[in-house]
Amino acid sequence: MASTTSPPRSRIRRQRRNGVLLLLGPFFLLFALTYILPLFYAVGLSFFRERFSGLGWGGPELVFAWFDNYTRALTDPDFLSGVGRVLLYGLIFVPLLVVLAIVLALLLDNALTYGRRFFQTLLFLPHIVPGLIASLIWLYLYTPELSPIVDAFSALGWDIDFLGGNNVMFSLVNIAVWGALGFNVVLIFVGLQAVPRTTIDAARIDGAGEFRIAFNVKLPQVLPTVLVATLFTIIGSLQLYTEPMILRTSGESPISNTWTPNMLAYSSAFNSNDYHYAATVSVLIAVLAGVLSFAVTRFANRRALR
Amino acid sequence: MTDTLETERPSARSGGPGGAGPSRGARAPGTPLPWWLRRSAVTSLCAIAGIYTLLPLLWLLFAVTKTLPELYSGNGFSPSSGFHVLENVQDLFAADGGRFGRWMLNTAVYAVGGALAGTLLSVAAGYAFDKFPFRGKEKWYALVIAGVLIPNTAIVIPLYLMMANLQLTDTMWSVFIPLIVNPFGVYLARAYSAGAIPDELLEAARIDGAGEVRTFFSVGLRMMAPGALTIFLIQFIGIWNNFFLPMVMLTDNDLFTVAQGLFTWNSAVSQNPDYTRLVVIGSAVTTIPLLLLFIPLQRRWRAGLAEGGVK
Repeated sequence: MASTTSPPRSRIRRQRRNGVLLLLGPFFLLFALTYILPLFYAVGLSFFRERFSGLGWGGPELVFAWFDNYTRALTDPDFLSGVGRVLLYGLIFVPLLVVLAIVLALLLDNALTYGRRFFQTLLFLPHIVPGLIASLIWLYLYTPELSPIVDAFSALGWDIDFLGGNNVMFSLVNIAVWGALGFNVVLIFVGLQAVPRTTIDAARIDGAGEFRIAFNVKLPQVLPTVLVATLFTIIGSLQLYTEPMILRTSGESPISNTWTPNMLAYSSAFNSNDYHYAATVSVLIAVLAGVLSFAVTRFANRRALR
Repeated sequence: MTDTLETERPSARSGGPGGAGPSRGARAPGTPLPWWLRRSAVTSLCAIAGIYTLLPLLWLLFAVTKTLPELYSGNGFSPSSGFHVLENVQDLFAADGGRFGRWMLNTAVYAVGGALAGTLLSVAAGYAFDKFPFRGKEKWYALVIAGVLIPNTAIVIPLYLMMANLQLTDTMWSVFIPLIVNPFGVYLARAYSAGAIPDELLEAARIDGAGEVRTFFSVGLRMMAPGALTIFLIQFIGIWNNFFLPMVMLTDNDLFTVAQGLFTWNSAVSQNPDYTRLVVIGSAVTTIPLLLLFIPLQRRWRAGLAEGGVK
């Protein structure tokens, strides 16, 4: 039913405006309700606290607290050590993951000659296993009575306690690496495959060895991908919750219920019913994520300009 | 024989005008490979990574066949002497009055329904960002990108408090609605739209007098289908992985996700040691079918990542 005369300009423009509203509207409505509003609400809550008047009659009274909640958080040993733990966790986890993923992706791109598809599929599998189930499986593999791995180590004369003391940090990192490695390898590998063949051949003709080609020709081309992956991994690290919650249930680990900032926010909200403090912790997690994202993108831009 | 397999490169790379020729022949003859590129070294490195990936899944697979005492005795990486899969699965679905089936159903609703609705929202928004000029466009877009970087869990507790004021907590909606908003999907959809839909085609549809929304559904959505599948898969996995949101929103056992249910059982092991077996079987019953389902899909996913724009 092609019309013989094209519709007038004004109708097209009106249709276009309605189109934008109808296509973008639903997303932005929900985005505002579930992202923007909660964030403002959290900031609002963080400036108030509840005060119980003298005899406790008539319930709590809401008072404006200025920065009291923030002062409290920044002097709260639970909060500070929680932040320290996720930062330490990130400091071990992020570089380990990124380096391993880059090395495997380069090997996959360059050197592994057969079984490449199979290997990618295999590495990818843990990505489909939800974090909670991955943590449960590893919890069993860390538990002495259940685990063949602990048995194997002790047969070699090394009695290792995966759940106790400082080891628990590495046990958590291991769960996260197991879950995230394959996805990141595939992500970087996909980027490597898009590097133009002619660029690589040119470098080769110039006499560059495989090592030089990998690090000076290929790697810079996938650097943006690596940086996006790094950014997501850092933000993920700050939110550490599921894995320590599971390892905690073993009863043998030193993990308390305020071990990470997220766990602290949860227990403030639902064990102590201190919503204002929980909101404050939430805001501080978001601020920390913002600062780190800014630092990483700044670093990335500087690298890109060179 | 391996030579034919070596050329498993996308044709784009070898199809250049320079006629770069097939794969690795270009290396100067006589240059020895560094040790770390020798086939044996590479293969064993990859094999180690493969074994590391596979062992926990293998343990789970063997554990499904075992009784509770067998879980605690013997070698984790060997099957049971008997084959107890059927009775284990029966016990799983019978435990606590059949709760597990309920949890699976809930998870399916959250993950499949949420990912479908979320993908539609993201694709529509990404398409609109790509194809329409409007005032303040890049500012709105920057807002979406900022949303990608906000840690999800930082907004969950305030969201809970807002929902509590509306008495919406402990309903399926309290989990479902936040899950369908996916700013990263909008980012991907904009890139897919730019790559997959020529502007002239939309111009033609407009001149034919088709409304914008109808054009989106009849032309845009169809041409973005491969990209939409990638967004769907990413979001499905994201929801399936989300543990914190349902933990905060739900206390009613009948609305739980599988993950939450397994967590509850796992926390009650001290009261009933048999929960260990049920948690193991439950993990396997929810994970293994999904793994099998995803193996054929992940190749398309990879293609989607390559074309889309994770740049």
